[in-house]
Amino acid sequence: MPSNVIMPQMGESIFEGTITRWLKRVGDRVERDEPLFEISTDKVDSEIPASASGILREILFQEGETVEINTVVAIIDDEGGAVQDTAGDGNAVVRQEPEQTPGRNQKPEIADSRRGLRASPLVRRMAREEGIDLREIEGTGLGGRITKRDILNYLSERERIAEVTRPLVQQAQEGLGAAASDQDEIVPMTAMRRSIAEHMIGSRRTSAHVTSIFEVDMTAVMKLKEENAGKFARREGFKLSLTPFFVKGVVDTLKDFPILNASMAGNDIVYKKDINLGVAVALDWGLIVPVIRRAQQKTLAGIAREVADLSHRARQKQLSPDEVQGGTFTLTNPGVFGSLIGTPIINQPQVAILCVGAVTKRAVVINDAIAIRSMAYLSLTFDHRLIDGAVADRFLSSLKDRLEGWSGAID
Amino acid sequence: MAMSAQSPALQVSPSERAPRDCKPACLGLNLGFRDYEESLRIQDRIVTRRKCGLLPDCLLFVDYPPIITLGRGGKREHLLAGPQELRKRGVRVHPAGRGGDITYHGPGQLVVYPVLDLKAWHRDIHRYLRTLERCLVKMLLDFGIPSETLPGATGVWVEGRKIGAIGVRTSRWVTSHGLALNVNTDLRYFDLIVPCGLVGRGVTSMAAQLGRSLELSEVRSCFIRHFAREFGRSFRVADREEALIES
Repeated sequence: MPSNVIMPQMGESIFEGTITRWLKRVGDRVERDEPLFEISTDKVDSEIPASASGILREILFQEGETVEINTVVAIIDDEGGAVQDTAGDGNAVVRQEPEQTPGRNQKPEIADSRRGLRASPLVRRMAREEGIDLREIEGTGLGGRITKRDILNYLSERERIAEVTRPLVQQAQEGLGAAASDQDEIVPMTAMRRSIAEHMIGSRRTSAHVTSIFEVDMTAVMKLKEENAGKFARREGFKLSLTPFFVKGVVDTLKDFPILNASMAGNDIVYKKDINLGVAVALDWGLIVPVIRRAQQKTLAGIAREVADLSHRARQKQLSPDEVQGGTFTLTNPGVFGSLIGTPIINQPQVAILCVGAVTKRAVVINDAIAIRSMAYLSLTFDHRLIDGAVADRFLSSLKDRLEGWSGAID
Repeated sequence: MAMSAQSPALQVSPSERAPRDCKPACLGLNLGFRDYEESLRIQDRIVTRRKCGLLPDCLLFVDYPPIITLGRGGKREHLLAGPQELRKRGVRVHPAGRGGDITYHGPGQLVVYPVLDLKAWHRDIHRYLRTLERCLVKMLLDFGIPSETLPGATGVWVEGRKIGAIGVRTSRWVTSHGLALNVNTDLRYFDLIVPCGLVGRGVTSMAAQLGRSLELSEVRSCFIRHFAREFGRSFRVADREEALIES
């Protein structure tokens, strides 16, 4: 018996809809509940499922036409459905629908036969999205049909297996291990903490983090810094720290390695024109990364001033939001706390972050003699999706040369 | 006890759907920074799961790099910039299976995709749009920004400039896509398009209205509060978002 497809009413005040797309053509077989056409009303696009199974006999309104609600827009005819379904190799598939008493013993055969696999479009779609081979599922519906229930059971079973193998750490992160006892104190996270937490896990999920570590002789820089310390402090009114040297060294090296001053946008690489260098500043209540804009145009002293100013204002909570946005590369310096080597997480959407370890005097071998030198470990975490290991190491090597051979005035 | 708390969050039991205060639950999922295709893939999976009752109603939040999306009703001529200009500014163009015309998404925007089953909520997409608008208007007022809705121009407006855009899709009454609110959005990107195909109307942002940037997370929380109230939902943050969407 033919059945009419009508324009549905999508709301109390809606009296018409525009057909934007037919998903089936006349003559196509449609299953009940399978998306048949799309309509548009105001700012909403809706997918309308077929109201019956059968052959789409007639389309009465074309794409682009606006139709009043409850108007018949198409006709589905269920006769001949079986004929269509058995087209192909001539082996008629056992039609299960008319069968009143499903033979339980028939089920395995049907599940094994690809052609006989019976499942609704929704179930097929779920299987596709979940990457499930429907042949793995034993249907419990009429005639071995795979029902929604079957796929749900399969999914929760799969989930349970995944659950057992999920590392405990991750469970704790997800708040499952947070069953607090009476003595435990529960404090809600601050907005900054939440934002850091989101950002960290988001970055881990986004980039392929790899870290490479170089050891750098900082003796030349330390000597220069000490020689200029008094003069600089008198002139500028603040103490010269090591950070500006690292910033300047990184900025000059980035000029030769633009890929490290880039980001990914879909399948494109965006090379940033300016080097906006973020410098992580630890605060008592968290961490913030103010940005030195257009650092490629700035001198060592200029950078020193900006680092001092930004970190001071960060601690006074006086940074404006645009001063912590738009960074293209980040420098973090946990060395000031004594850390030797860090493996930082990339500050999205950047693609690399340099971590500076503590500068300490170590006995090192130079020209087969043991010397006392100021040494530091520099580690670079980079997004391996975009940056090859060799490129990262060339960057580090170039930065190492720059720092070890540092000379010149501080102005 | 601990074990049962760890049982798959996937299967939503009826008791979870109706918590103590008897309001249906709405699950918040923050997808973080994603490219467009990826976020749509995740959204599709959630929609399918919602249709099957595997998930309760959900609110998805996502952050995008600068992109332009073209709704089904979108006209290519509303894209003003040429491919070269787009490439220079690092903006990609994507077709989007939602209602509405062309729009821009980018950093500093609150993008929310509610995945709701309207079968359990009035079966009315206009009412749905109007309620979304009301959430935005009330939320903006909390930040001291008076805004309005205009008949025949879905979205939320401040002094004739658009601050919040809405574009929705439904399939079997399950909604997807949703809204984008300009919080700290760099409005210069809108020069590339005629937003929502509305010629001669500008755009604005919360930051532009207030003269200062806002914490996106603060705006998000405020939106959630109003959303929960307007739609009569109890809101909880997904504690298992990775298990839910990326298993």
